[in-house]
Formats: sequence, C-alpha cells, structure tokens
Amino acid sequence: MNKKTSYQLMQGNEAVAEGALAAGVSFFAGYPITPSTEIAEVLADRLPATGGKFIQMEDEIGSIAAIIGASIGGCKSLTATSGPGFSLMQENLGFACLAEIPLVIVNVMRTGPSTGLATSPSQGDVMQARWGTHGDHPIIALTPSSVEEAFHYTIKAVNFAEKYRNPVILLMDEVIGHMRARVNLPPRSMVEQINRVHPNMPHEWYLPYERSATGVAPMASFGDGYRYHITGLIHDAKGFPTSNPNEARDNIRGLFAKIERGFSEICLVDYEYMEDAEHAIVAYGSMVLSARSAIEQLRESGIKVGLIKLGTLWPFPRFALERFLPQLKTILVPELNMGQIYREVLRVTSGKAIIEKLNRVNGTIIAPQEIVKTVKGMVR
Amino acid sequence: MISNSQLVNKYFRHNKKFPHIWCPGCGIGIILGNMLRSIDALAIDKNDIAFVSGIGCTGRAPVYVDFNTLHTTHGRALPFATGLKLARPELNVIVATGDGDATAIGGNHLIHACRRNIDITTIIFNNYIYGMTGGQYSPTTPHGDKASTCKLGNIERPFNISALVEAAGATFVGRTTSYHTLQMQNIIKKAILHKGFSVVEVITHCPTTYGRINHKGSAVEMLKWQKEIAIDKSRAEKMSPKELEGRIITGVLIEKDLPEFCEQYDSIIEQAQSQAGKPK
Repeated sequence: MNKKTSYQLMQGNEAVAEGALAAGVSFFAGYPITPSTEIAEVLADRLPATGGKFIQMEDEIGSIAAIIGASIGGCKSLTATSGPGFSLMQENLGFACLAEIPLVIVNVMRTGPSTGLATSPSQGDVMQARWGTHGDHPIIALTPSSVEEAFHYTIKAVNFAEKYRNPVILLMDEVIGHMRARVNLPPRSMVEQINRVHPNMPHEWYLPYERSATGVAPMASFGDGYRYHITGLIHDAKGFPTSNPNEARDNIRGLFAKIERGFSEICLVDYEYMEDAEHAIVAYGSMVLSARSAIEQLRESGIKVGLIKLGTLWPFPRFALERFLPQLKTILVPELNMGQIYREVLRVTSGKAIIEKLNRVNGTIIAPQEIVKTVKGMVR
Repeated sequence: MISNSQLVNKYFRHNKKFPHIWCPGCGIGIILGNMLRSIDALAIDKNDIAFVSGIGCTGRAPVYVDFNTLHTTHGRALPFATGLKLARPELNVIVATGDGDATAIGGNHLIHACRRNIDITTIIFNNYIYGMTGGQYSPTTPHGDKASTCKLGNIERPFNISALVEAAGATFVGRTTSYHTLQMQNIIKKAILHKGFSVVEVITHCPTTYGRINHKGSAVEMLKWQKEIAIDKSRAEKMSPKELEGRIITGVLIEKDLPEFCEQYDSIIEQAQSQAGKPK
C-alpha cells in the first residue's frame, strides 16, 4: 500500500472499500444492488490478494447471515446494500444485536419506499437503521458527508463494531456514494485498527456472555477451543436460552448499557461557525455540502449561522444541540426525507428553540439557495 | 461402538439445564444420538466441529451438545454456516434443519448451497410437519394428509427433498429413516467425510402433531411404518415403478467428486497474490 499520504481521485463507494481494507476487514458477503454495488466490486477484486474472502450470496438475507457466520469465525466482516436489501437484512441484524456479533452494514440510501427511485439520493432509512429490526436493541449508525469521510467512517464503523461487539450501520446517501472527489488518505501504518477482545482464561472458565469491566464480554472465535453456544434466544451469561425474567432483563439491559458507556466516544459531531451562531443548521450526509455553501452566503449577509454536522445518528448525539441551546434562536434541519432527524432534534430541544425542517423526497437534493431562503425566512 | 452412557458423558453439555424440550417419542433425539455416534466413530475432536441450526424443534438440537454451537434464525442456518466455513475452513460444519426450515423459509439458501458445493454437511430432519408451532402443513406434508392448517387434507404436493437437492447440484445425497439407525450412522459418516456439500435426509416422526392428526399411532408404530416403507437403493434398482409406489428409497443416492468452494477460493487467493507479486 501507499507508504505516504497521497492524493487520489476516488468515489465514495470506493472510499468505503478502501476504508474496509484499511480497517482489517477480511470477509465480505453481498448481493448486487444500486447504488452500493461498487463496494462489492472493489472488495471482490481486492480481498483475495490480502488473503480475505468475498462471496456473492443468493440474497441480502444470506449476505448478512454469512457475515455473522464469518465474524463468529473471527473475521472482521462487512456487507453493503441499499434500502430494499437493508429491509431484508433486518431480522438477522436483530440476531447480531442480541448475540453481540461485530459486523458492519453499509447502506447507500436510495429513494424509497419499495423499489422507489433506484438511482436517486435519499436519507429515508435513518429511522429504519434505528428501529428496523424488531424488539428493543441498541444500534450504532454513522453517516459520512464527504468521500474522505466515507473512508474514515468505515474504519470507525469497523472499530466500533469490534470494540462494542455490536452491529454498526454506515448510512450514506447516494450523493456521497457516487460522488468523486480528491482524497488524501493516510498510510496504512497511521490507521488505528481495533480488534475484539478474545478470552484468555482457561477454556472451561469461559462464560461467553459474562461482561467484563468494559461492559463487553470477550468473544471467542469458533474453532479456538472455547466451545460455546450462540443463539438468537434471550440467554444467560453461559449463552444458554433462559426465560427467567431477571436474566432476560440483564441480557437486554446489558446491550444498552455497553453502548451508553461508549456514548461520548461513539458520537461523532463537528461544529462549523458555531462560536457566535444565533442560528444553526443541523445536517448530515450530502446535506452538509448544501448547508456549508448556504452558511457562507448567509454569513456574507450578516446572519450569524453555524453548522452542527452529525457524523453519528445513532445513538443520537443530543449534547451537540443541548450545548448550543442557550445561544440559539432557530435551528433548521434540511433532510432528504420527511423529517426523520428533525423529530429527534425536536425531542431533545423540548421547545427551547424554534425548529424548522426542510424536506425533499423526489430524488433531487436540496440546493444551497433553498437553505438560504429558508433561514432568511426564519430569521425574519 | 460407544455406549449410551459414554455418549451422554462425552458429548452432552454438563452445564446445560436439562431436560430437553422435545416431546416423548420424538424422532429428533434418535437422529441427534446417531449423529453423535457417527462423529465418535470418526474420532473428530469436539473443538473441530461447528454445529449450526435454524428454528423449530430441530433448531434446538445444538444447545445440548458440547461443540461450537450456533442456533440461528429461521431458515438461515446454511448462509450462517457458509460464512463460518469460509472463515474457518478447517472446521467440520454440520447443519441440522427441519423440513420447514430447510425447504420452505430456507429453500433458496438450500438450493444455492447445493449449487456452490461448499463443504458443509446438512442433516434434514423430515417429519412432514411444523411441530413447534403445533402441527401446520409443511412443504413435505404428503398430499391429502391433514394438519392444523389443512384439516380437510393438504391440497399441495410435497417436495421430494433428496430429488430437490440432487437437482440443485448437491454432490452427496443420502436418505434414511430414524428406524434405520446403523444405516443412518454410516450415511452421516460418509456425508461428513465427503468433500463438498452433502445432504442427509432423515425421515422421522412427530407423534405429537403429524402422527396424532393423521392417526398414525404411537411413536413405535410410526417407527414400524418407517421400517415398512423404506427400501434400500440396491434393492429398489431391481424393482418396477409400480412396486416402488409409496416406498422411500434409502441409502447413498448421490456421491460425486466435484471442485469444492473453499478449495477453489484458495486458488483464487493464490492467483490474486501471485498477480499482486507479494504473498500476503
């Protein structure tokens, strides 16, 4: 690989594949779907030379099942899909949440519902990422807003999955997935790789779901001599099914607790022009690009507006809004959906600022001018 | 051969809460026991076995035995096993799946696993019914038979599982019944040793639902029925189609030597690495 930093022209989906390789992903299973297919194509080409493996499964249900299996075998595993495939993955995503299997699902969002607008951008899967699988469960969802960030966030996604033994969803909109940009990627030696903690106690002492002080249990790979049971049933510390109410409570609450402990590390947020801001735009994904351009124009007209850029959507980084509430008069949330993060912003600000939404669900993006116009309307 | 108490002591989990969930007279325990006898006869280390299942009565088999055990979602044992096998090709991956799990909800995965010829041993416990949910008709419920969702008789035609997997490209197909335990052990041994995707269909009985609804009698009577309808492949070859009507042909039905998926992938890795000009 590149020994030093160098500039390259790269597409968002290609950056995800590069990030996956840099993070140490050694297994990919997937099914072709627009607009995510380039990720599969690049990894099908590149994984074998690293000793890693690629398999094209019969559908997305099989894809996520295969990456769960490979992760249990000890591989850092990743799949990539779009809305329809993401819907098919939901049941096994829940399995991975409950059985605490590290894996990454990249969802390059297209306009839905159903087959929708297959090649047009959308941010419509934000709530599906949070609640798509049945039952109460924690989830981590990251969303990059540039090609370079697609690389870095893929590495973060793999690292978080390994560290917290939890599925991580990388939500990209089609704009970021297909945009080509100049990127400056770090050399491999500069990339931080986190590996899941393996047990080091004698085999017979191992309790596969007994949480360590970090809230996460060490994970043995099948074949390493720690023979144990993995199930999608509610289980005790031994991994065996239980219907004891106390054990069931500990099982599910333990899932939430480990993510709550990592909350501040998991929440990726950036602020631009927020020091003196009286108005804020909360944006993520491609909407960050429109928002930035709008902010430049608004600042030129003397309006003190800043950007709260969400890199993590789940768990929702509520502190990113709370800390600015005393100085903010209005908040605008532009999204390529009907207002999925807007509802979260409303929830965490509980009436302490004027919150407006700006939505688009026709397969086109929201242009900077529209944000400028909306903010000017709100300020007035 | 290993005695029953030795078998229990060696392969069942000592720290697992028993009894098991299966009904009195169930055929699943017979198949599980004979699978363990086959594994014991092959002297495979317990650490080298991954035992994977889906959902249903059969899906509960892995939790009781002391291997690397994985109880997955309904119908999906095979794709889970596929990922695991690719990650750990040195493991003997054995899948336990029922008729509904394998051929209804998991039917697509089954045919594609056959086509791929990945080295996984799949044991299909075919008892003609969805037992755990109380006796609904499955893809193998015989035409005309009854179930809780077809009380006037099943109007769908059943799958012939062995023929299905043969057509889909399985390179080893064996069929037996829970009555023919020695034959079952032999077939499972061959299936585990087979390099490629192997399917063992075991005809078994659910006295609680299928047997009760269709007045098949006790578990013992259902076992006797399996004895009567089964006919070994070597004898069946000499019989006319009329004589074979209503009979189930047992034995090793297909055994082919074709390139296995993991081995082929290893050669892809070798090619890619030599093209890249630097090993690993």
